[in-house]
Amino acid sequence: MYSVRLWTVRHARFFERVYNMFEPVLVKLHPIWSKLGYDRAEKPMSKIEQACKGLLFDCKMCGQCALSSTGMSCSMNCPKNLRNGPCGGVRLNGNCEVYAEKRCVWVEAWDGSRKMKNGDRIFAVQKPVNFSQQGSSSWLRVVRQIAQREEQAEERS
Amino acid sequence: MIFPDEPNPGEMLPILPGHTTGGRLERVLRAGHFAVTSELAPPDSANPEDVYARARVFDGYVDGMNATDGSGANCHMSSVGMCALLTRIGYAPVMQVSCRDKNRIAIQGDVLGGAAMGVTNILCLSGDGVQSGDHPEAKPVFDLDSMSLLETIRTMRDKSEFLSGRKITDPPKVFLGAAANPFAPPYDFRPHRMAKKIAAGAQFIQTQYCFDIPRFKEFMARSRDLGLLEKVFVLPGVGPMASARTATWIRNNVPGIHIPDAVIKRLAGAQDQKKEGQQICIDLIQELREIEGVSGVHVMAYRQEESVAEIIDRSGVLEGRVPWYPGRDQELQKERA
Repeated sequence: MYSVRLWTVRHARFFERVYNMFEPVLVKLHPIWSKLGYDRAEKPMSKIEQACKGLLFDCKMCGQCALSSTGMSCSMNCPKNLRNGPCGGVRLNGNCEVYAEKRCVWVEAWDGSRKMKNGDRIFAVQKPVNFSQQGSSSWLRVVRQIAQREEQAEERS
Repeated sequence: MIFPDEPNPGEMLPILPGHTTGGRLERVLRAGHFAVTSELAPPDSANPEDVYARARVFDGYVDGMNATDGSGANCHMSSVGMCALLTRIGYAPVMQVSCRDKNRIAIQGDVLGGAAMGVTNILCLSGDGVQSGDHPEAKPVFDLDSMSLLETIRTMRDKSEFLSGRKITDPPKVFLGAAANPFAPPYDFRPHRMAKKIAAGAQFIQTQYCFDIPRFKEFMARSRDLGLLEKVFVLPGVGPMASARTATWIRNNVPGIHIPDAVIKRLAGAQDQKKEGQQICIDLIQELREIEGVSGVHVMAYRQEESVAEIIDRSGVLEGRVPWYPGRDQELQKERA
């Protein structure tokens, strides 16, 4: 919802903290995900993720969540799907060029990022979206990557 | 100015050490000259003469012409098509590529095709939303954005690879450009966004219409603080406004163009508003060239293209230099004789 989306960006610092606590918990549960099978966990997990992030961020389930790098403003809500910053058409009042009555997603993102501890991630260039991952759980993907990295590090030592 | 290694029309200049292309625009910029580019409005026709006639009005005054890619989300002749015609007789176009209408497969194909035809400059744009054009019911593609587009073409050029990692045997030698709009919010982010574009591969920047000099100076100062000005050539956008009414209409209806009240007042108070619009443009060019980090200007004179030659001439920025155009060298020889 649009009003909720604006509210979460205003509290970007809080949601950054929430996610930073939430992520390690998911990683700790890695044995469960592997036992269950990541592919089997995918369906329920993506449903849960969609419900939470859909409500809070108007998440579009691109499957490659970049909220931590975009001031907690989901850039897939930009009518041009821009992943790297605002276009040149932003109106003087900070509204979108396409939807004149709505705030520019990236004006919001910049404000949100200034509130966050690691807000400078907004300066990193984002890779193009992998459309084959659309609809899948970004959380599981991140957890899987972190867990695998940790396992590899353990094996090496 | 004639390069000693000036080729035949349609052939590229040799690539000098430290240069990425054999293009004239890069040559002029790296030689430290004040470069002039202009916008070439594509015709709504399939007649090549329409393109050549539009290009000819800039002869002798510009170092590159931007072949726009469905600007304003309106349908016109494609930028690839225009570039095919222009390169055929030796012009140096800046091929604009917008992410609105094509996905990564089509875009990378166009980059190879363009470079094969002799395109040496590519401007990477996100593109206007389809809602603002004449086909609002079209499907917006936006597979890439301007940033990932820059990175994609840089990878093609420098690593000889497609985005997929597949090898390219002869990479496209192109000078990469990007757009910037210092005059739209969020102002504090704008220099950082330019930094991102440079990190993604931008070598030159063309900006949106610049009427607000103080705002532009601020942008350039922040960019200098970020160490960007030695990494990129900045060409601010300028253009003549036909009247106070046109300027007001543009300000109210074209997103991203900021025209201060003072400019509109100056236009409204003039006897000949069209002449005054051109004078304002000349004044702006002369002010802009004094700003640190400005390497040239990009003239957008929509529906006033014929005035560009006079504006550039009167601004004096070419300092006697005559940019290449078909038949220039023969004409210069004739003059000398």
